[in-house]
Amino acid sequence: MNLTRRHFLVLLPAAALAWESILAGTPEAAPNYQISEHWWGMLVDIEKCIGCGNCVRACARENNVPEGYYRTWVERYRIKEVNGVETLEVDSPDGGMHGFPSSDEPGVKQFFVPKMCNHCADSPCTQVCPVGATFISPDGVVLVDEKYCLGCRYCVQACPYGCRFLHPQKNVAQKCTLCYHRISKGLTTACCENCPTGARQLADLKDPKDPIHEYLRTHSVQVLKPHMATGAKLFYHNLDGAVR
Amino acid sequence: MKFKDAAHLFRMAAVFAAGILIFVMVRSFFVPRTFGQYGHYRGDALADVRALPVHYAGHQACEACHTDVLDVKVKGRHARVNCEACHGPLATHTEDPGGVTPEKLDTARLCVKCHEANTAKPKGFPQVVSADHSAGLACNECHQPHSPAIVTEAPTATVLPEKHAAVVSAKGAKK
Amino acid sequence: MPTDGFMYPNEIELQWSVLIVLYPFLTGLVAGAFILASLERVFRVDAVKPTYRLALLTALAFLLVAPLPLQLHLGHPERSLEMYLTPHRSSAMAMFGFVYLWYLMAVLVMEIWLDYRRDIVLLSQTTTGVKRLIYRVLTLGSSNISDGALAVDNRVGWIITVIGIPSAFLLHGYVGFIFGSIKANPWWSTPLMPVVFIFSAMVSGIAMVLLLYMGLNRLRGKPIDMRCVDTVAKYLFYAFIIDFSLEMLDLIHRIYESDESFRSLDFMVHSRLFLSQVVIQIFLGTVAPILLLGLTQVSRLSEIARKRIYALAGCLTMMGIFAMRWNVVIGGQLFSKSFLGYTTYKMGFATREGLLPAVVLTVLPFIILFVLVKLLPPWADEKTEPIARSAGVH
Repeated sequence: MNLTRRHFLVLLPAAALAWESILAGTPEAAPNYQISEHWWGMLVDIEKCIGCGNCVRACARENNVPEGYYRTWVERYRIKEVNGVETLEVDSPDGGMHGFPSSDEPGVKQFFVPKMCNHCADSPCTQVCPVGATFISPDGVVLVDEKYCLGCRYCVQACPYGCRFLHPQKNVAQKCTLCYHRISKGLTTACCENCPTGARQLADLKDPKDPIHEYLRTHSVQVLKPHMATGAKLFYHNLDGAVR
Repeated sequence: MKFKDAAHLFRMAAVFAAGILIFVMVRSFFVPRTFGQYGHYRGDALADVRALPVHYAGHQACEACHTDVLDVKVKGRHARVNCEACHGPLATHTEDPGGVTPEKLDTARLCVKCHEANTAKPKGFPQVVSADHSAGLACNECHQPHSPAIVTEAPTATVLPEKHAAVVSAKGAKK
Repeated sequence: MPTDGFMYPNEIELQWSVLIVLYPFLTGLVAGAFILASLERVFRVDAVKPTYRLALLTALAFLLVAPLPLQLHLGHPERSLEMYLTPHRSSAMAMFGFVYLWYLMAVLVMEIWLDYRRDIVLLSQTTTGVKRLIYRVLTLGSSNISDGALAVDNRVGWIITVIGIPSAFLLHGYVGFIFGSIKANPWWSTPLMPVVFIFSAMVSGIAMVLLLYMGLNRLRGKPIDMRCVDTVAKYLFYAFIIDFSLEMLDLIHRIYESDESFRSLDFMVHSRLFLSQVVIQIFLGTVAPILLLGLTQVSRLSEIARKRIYALAGCLTMMGIFAMRWNVVIGGQLFSKSFLGYTTYKMGFATREGLLPAVVLTVLPFIILFVLVKLLPPWADEKTEPIARSAGVH
């Protein structure tokens, strides 16, 4: 092909643009985001949660979550104590997506508990996947490879927190991705973005300047089912001992 | 044991060997190229997830243009409430501000999602029983959503005198 | 409302259906039938020799069907090859493909081929048409059935059976480990699970071969070798005692330790799981057959009485072991991991994972067995000469 100078001047920037878009698909080469610089987690402050369900709705819209399934949900705990004996009532109507009806019972300790994937550092779900379709990324996010998943549901069985489900149309395992497509672009997760009270905050456990990371260092925090030793990275502040 | 008496075993062994050979060849063809790049998974899967579309633009994107709203918001109780928490996902609007117009919000339906009184909500959180609170008025008749505190008791120009009287007397009855 | 109390929202729908109940049931029959066959081959229990070939063919028939419920269950069965391409070594389920292939080819097919080789060669010479072609392919081109060759077959076959015993334990034990290693589920998580699975597999496999032997001989109008079935029934009884002891040990242990899951599980067993666990699995499926078989062991009963008891005990056993798989798989998903609620299993009928495919897949092995029995007759008095394993090396 006879390449004239004119051709070259047109082709070069086009090629550069094309190359840029190809590179943008490769995690390492995407501008600014270095996988090895991050280790993601999240903080949930129970005392700030008002059970509005905005997080559940936002997650569903951001991630096209099918109806009847939940990548995140909110539970309401009602604990009544009579003479030292506690009775516990928990509900989550439609995952808390449309809030909760009020109850007028007096003397009941009530609070909301948002739940989602704990992005466990020693996750039991990735341990049991027979083919390597679910994994923890180098930056600490447990993800599902939708092109590789067999749909065997072993991971769904292995998760102690009930955060996984099978997508009814795609027939692959699904769960919270910590909005990986957002956090790798410098945005925060859809649920954190839309929480009106700041009850949910993203944490970067490798970033010494992250205020939430600092918060985790200086406040008392808990994880769900600590006896399972899953290395959960969803930290709760003010989590009542009765929460399952 | 003579060799010819075991010859059939070698034939069977050959069948096995052929099977294993076919398996090895098939394997090298079918295993995805990036498998094992970061761990026991397809390396391209990370890129697949990162390429998913973003629907919520994030408040920094809104604030880049709507500085007037930001100025009002930072002074009020809704300073930390992000724009899309009320206005919904608007990444399409940031990509095409002229072409995509956000919906006008119906405060009568919107505000109660957070502020409807519920015994399970933290006590310090501002909440009202909407049926008793505003005598049917929409929330933004009295409250400016970007900075919701009512500065004076006087109604805004849009509220009719009789309606305002109804609200005040309802509040008085509650006290 | 399908739920009682509170379930995590994603837990309400069951993920593992009746097909996942069927899979361990089928592989259990494979393992159990093989162990019965090995009783004769390795442990020299001559009395059960009449069931030897039938047990092997039964194992093969069920093994061929075993992957099918899994294929129907998978969201993407077309990706099953991935288990061979990139097996995740930390996953018990990833073992499936390899253990299955190993057991099918290196144990079962090899053993059947070696034991039948003489008949195959003779049949390839005496039959015509398509059948002749099939037999010729099966001979792999070798027609050496001299005493020397048969002695080699015998020796190698013996070695394969010896390897086959732990392989059978692995084939079914890993299924038990799939459940037993899930710390998230207290109904499943116990080190006893693989052991319980193996022993209940032995019980079901032995019972199945017993029923098939008696049934097929009756259909053919041939007499039942009572010494054979008495011995098989004796081993069934022993296996049952061990199986029952293991299950009682698990139960007593749970009741005694009474950990955080106990109250929820206890309530589940008394309500939703009562019929399948207490009535069918424990009483009808374990206690009743043990009592029936025990009766034949301690008192002298007539031949006809023993045959009837064996048939009844055999049927109850099959029902009980299926119920055991049901209770493990379905039971493990009926309660919430929050221990605050329960859900219901809605089994479809003509859906991909419904009752109809489950029934079809249960019937299919018998059809395959029918074909196998026609192709490789387990009995000496059919078209070939009397089968006599060559003297000497046994």
